[in-house]
Amino acid sequence: MSAAAPVLEVDGLTLAFGGVKALDGVSLQVRPGSITSVIGPNGAGKTSLFNTISGFYRPGAGRIVFRGDDITQVPAPRRAKLGLARSFQNIALFRGMTVLDNIKLGRHAHLKTNLLQALAYRGAAAREEAALRADIEQRIIDFLEIDHIRHASVAALPYGLQKRVEMARALAMQPQVLMLDEPVAGMNREETEDMARFILDVRDEWGVTVLMVEHDMGMVMDLSDHVVVLNFGQVIAAGVPRDVQDNPEVVRAYLGSGDMSRLRAGAAAARAGMAGAAP
Amino acid sequence: MNDSGFDWLFLAEISLAGLGSGGLLALTGLAFVIIYKATRVVNLAIGEMLMMAAYVFFAFAAGAGLPIWAAIFGAVLASGALGALVERTMIRPMLGESPISTFMVTVGLASILVGIVELVWTADPRRLPEFMPTDPVLLGQAMVAPKVFYGFVVTALLIAAVLLVFRFWRGAVALRATASDQAAAYSMGIDVPRVFSLAWTAAAMIAAVAGIVVGAIGGISSTMGVFGLSVLVVVIVGGLDSVAGALLGGLLVGLVEAWAGAYLGGEYKMLATFSLLVLVLLLRPYGLFGTHEIERL
Repeated sequence: MSAAAPVLEVDGLTLAFGGVKALDGVSLQVRPGSITSVIGPNGAGKTSLFNTISGFYRPGAGRIVFRGDDITQVPAPRRAKLGLARSFQNIALFRGMTVLDNIKLGRHAHLKTNLLQALAYRGAAAREEAALRADIEQRIIDFLEIDHIRHASVAALPYGLQKRVEMARALAMQPQVLMLDEPVAGMNREETEDMARFILDVRDEWGVTVLMVEHDMGMVMDLSDHVVVLNFGQVIAAGVPRDVQDNPEVVRAYLGSGDMSRLRAGAAAARAGMAGAAP
Repeated sequence: MNDSGFDWLFLAEISLAGLGSGGLLALTGLAFVIIYKATRVVNLAIGEMLMMAAYVFFAFAAGAGLPIWAAIFGAVLASGALGALVERTMIRPMLGESPISTFMVTVGLASILVGIVELVWTADPRRLPEFMPTDPVLLGQAMVAPKVFYGFVVTALLIAAVLLVFRFWRGAVALRATASDQAAAYSMGIDVPRVFSLAWTAAAMIAAVAGIVVGAIGGISSTMGVFGLSVLVVVIVGGLDSVAGALLGGLLVGLVEAWAGAYLGGEYKMLATFSLLVLVLLLRPYGLFGTHEIERL
């Protein structure tokens, strides 16, 4: 746990919906160039964590630090501009638009021309910028192997391809950190393997740090450098895949013990243990 | 009556007048669609917003004695400010509530605007100062009332301008993206609340122009908001989220109203309009150009 400073750091994040604590003092660190996975049973708070990091929810307590800056109070669109891109568990594409339009919209955050410029500005510089943009779009399209559907309407695409388009759109934002919410949910084996390859390549070829929520344990354990386990809104384990896999708390959270209070107590104990072990 | 027994010239004149009022319906429909597309709010107060702007124009032009161009400019700006204010204070707090609740808020807004107008200017109808040329316009043999003709020209120009802006402005892309998926737009750096605000401001400004033209043609009164009822028919016929639908629906409803008024009598106007509505809803419940998944009223 040394090396470079974390690109994204979450510290003591708490989020409550009425009396339900979706997140209860969650802390985690994402190292630059890593693939970090958040796992946990259904309702553990994974998507809440994602929504809080991307700015959809305001946490009750805690901080989110992105590239050294506290962004806890920064609204979601600003976070996107700073370099936090995400995909959604239930695909959120712009239906009724083509694949290419969706990807172009990913570039929206980086464009600065206003109405008058758009109407009047037709010079060489504009063409140059357009060419550069087209180049990036083409690279993303080639990379994700979706060239054959670039002009197709996204609503008509099969599920696996929609997931890929969503990832392409997020990449078009040229993010520092790419957040993927269940990138292979509902995919068959072949599609899952393709997506796993894309995620590795995003990190290796594009130098983008990946933070993902995923249920497919095989994929999580194969791809991740660092795994964080959530249960009942608390971090019950964190570390390299092998350690997490062997952690009895994690096994119990997944297989269940039949006794809720024991589980909660276990989670609290594990957290106390981790706090004690930290430097 | 000519030899064939049917007065084609009369039909032409009626149709031109119908297109004139249809253009205004289309323009107001456009304002409605902009709000619906961006915020998914069915704004029942669009007719009253139009009325409010007409009264503000009246106050500036007749009350304060400003030159006409300044009064138009001022009324459009004031209406835009009202749109922004309404969005910020009444619509945004309703974010996440059921569409019906937000719809009811706009019904309340309509009553408030009527109330304000009646308090400030009383319920008596008023005439706007004359500001359009008064020589009759001849198109071929057909004669068109000058106000209707110039009103249509203004309307057509404004619609063209709005369409151009939609085509080339990046903010329009943000609006389309917001209309399509708010969460996705938000996560991609599009400031969704600002899009909401812009949509209401722009729609209120467009409605202001329509209001001034409607008022110039037929005078203003605290009941001119019923114009919004015809606009509602226009956008339901055209499809709530379709710009093309609002434009064609507006012209269609304008024509049908004019024909019904001329050949059946004025009392059949509304009957014809709503019969058209029923017919379209029976055949295409989502409107002529609307998307299938939008809610049905």
